[in-house]
Amino acid sequence: MLDAAQEGYTTADGRKIGGVVMEMRNITLRFGGVVAIKDISFDIREGEIRAIIGPNGAGKSSMLNVISGFYNPQEGEMIYRGAKRPPMKPYQVARQGIARTFQNIALFEGMTVLDNVMTGRLNHMKASILDQAFWWGRAQREEVENRKRAEEVIDFLEIQKIRKTPVGRLPYGLKKRVELARALVAEPKILLLDEPMAGMNVEEKEDMSRFILDVNDEFGTTIVLIEHDMGVVMDLSDRVVVMDYGRKIGDGTPAEVRANQEVIDAYLGVAHD
Amino acid sequence: MPDQLIFAMEVTLNGLLNGVMYALVALGFVLIFKASGIFNYAQGVMALFAAMTLVGIQQGRVPFGHLINEIFGTDIHYFGWEVPALAAILLTALVMIGFAILAQQFVFRHLVGQEPIILFMATIGLAYFLEGVSDLMWGSEIRNLDVGIPQGINDSIDAVTFDLFGYGFFIDNLDVTAAIVAAILVGGLIAFAQYTKQGRAMRAVADDHQAALSVGIKLDYVWVLVWSLAGIVALVAGIMWGSKSGVQFSLSLIALKALPVLMLGGFTSIPGAIIGGLIIGVGEALFEFAIGPMIGGATENWFAYVLALVFLVFRPQGLFGEKIIERV
Repeated sequence: MLDAAQEGYTTADGRKIGGVVMEMRNITLRFGGVVAIKDISFDIREGEIRAIIGPNGAGKSSMLNVISGFYNPQEGEMIYRGAKRPPMKPYQVARQGIARTFQNIALFEGMTVLDNVMTGRLNHMKASILDQAFWWGRAQREEVENRKRAEEVIDFLEIQKIRKTPVGRLPYGLKKRVELARALVAEPKILLLDEPMAGMNVEEKEDMSRFILDVNDEFGTTIVLIEHDMGVVMDLSDRVVVMDYGRKIGDGTPAEVRANQEVIDAYLGVAHD
Repeated sequence: MPDQLIFAMEVTLNGLLNGVMYALVALGFVLIFKASGIFNYAQGVMALFAAMTLVGIQQGRVPFGHLINEIFGTDIHYFGWEVPALAAILLTALVMIGFAILAQQFVFRHLVGQEPIILFMATIGLAYFLEGVSDLMWGSEIRNLDVGIPQGINDSIDAVTFDLFGYGFFIDNLDVTAAIVAAILVGGLIAFAQYTKQGRAMRAVADDHQAALSVGIKLDYVWVLVWSLAGIVALVAGIMWGSKSGVQFSLSLIALKALPVLMLGGFTSIPGAIIGGLIIGVGEALFEFAIGPMIGGATENWFAYVLALVFLVFRPQGLFGEKIIERV
């Protein structure tokens, strides 16, 4: 097990993992009488791929929604880059440098791929509404600059061919990739991926895995991802949190988690005799 | 060329220009509906309020004059200055932006995520409230609006058509100005939506709230922006209609004329509002010209609605509206 106080670590493939970017302390989330997340603590370190896994209904998505500000937990605190984070709206969290994708894809269907990706740059554009309305120097410069960043990410994720296609017309696998592009182009400190491989065929899954690894490698982006496909997660991630019925039942490297009896029971079921 | 055909051409041209006026009102509806799914019943009253405010500012009237005089027993009505038209228009635009902020702050931000019918009811309430405020602020007398738009017959069109057909068309300068202003307004709005940061945020919010939040767009801000734009469009419509037929309560009823335009053009399309307006304008003018005399005239009152009804049967999403596809 890793010591929380420790200043980073080096992974098996030789990548340097930095200090703690975000720490969840005793998070509890309730919906009325239902407890979705119960007293969970874990940390996310700079540059790592951190997975949250668990069976259906374990509270994984709720956890992601807590991090991205869509839900605010009743108890516990979140430490983000050394400071306690007060309850926030999702747009405020996004402006703090936490980008996300959604399990069921939330893209702007009527807009082109390029326009979708450009929305990811909105927070990097500072020109005032007057500058924008009259298209004065600053607005124009910014548009060109940000357009360049957007094109880079589009190239990186190999979706150049569909740049001008309205997203609504794309197949599922490509939509997932566009959503990743939109999140990535914001240059987030933490990138949250909610079941990036859900509903994909084997080939698409392999592509997506490759992109996730490339993103982490190329930009050093910290990635938190949720999956329930165990195989994928074990190959991708540096450390894994395992949830079941809203509780944390395991936390560690894929090997450690795989050997954890409670985790095996949760996934395979326990014989009650 | 037969006389009938020449008359028909004149009628068509006038119909087109009338259609532009309808389109101006419809445009305000489309802006708000697209971005927030709210059918804004108050759009017509906003045009009335904007026109009243414009006249009031221009003539240097004291807002809430009656109320102040009642309470303090004073007798003030005018500040004693007159504001130039352009400055008055800018000030009125600011008032409309203020109205947008207040409407968002006190009404719509509390209704986020409610059923469309509830939001619709809220706009009905807002309409009557604004009507009352307008009366209280500026009084309910009929006012003359004059911001210097030329009125009366357009001499050059008259001369050109006289040379061509031996008959001069009667086209009002005001209608021509309205058409030009509408063209600039629509061009500007489309460019703003396509190429600016705020425009992109507007389109994003119109498309998917959740996704918009996740990229850091503040919904409140975008909605205020959209209501402000709708307010400014209402101001333009108010100026045009007010110059044409005076500023009075019936100005708010132009909203009813926008309904068939919206059904025709689709509730979510800016070009649709324009084309829809033109079709209604030409359609009702030609119908009145050709069929009207046979059935006793005054067909303008109902023709637009019947046309819209026919459209609803064959193309419920309107000409340019988003296709309604339901997966089962």
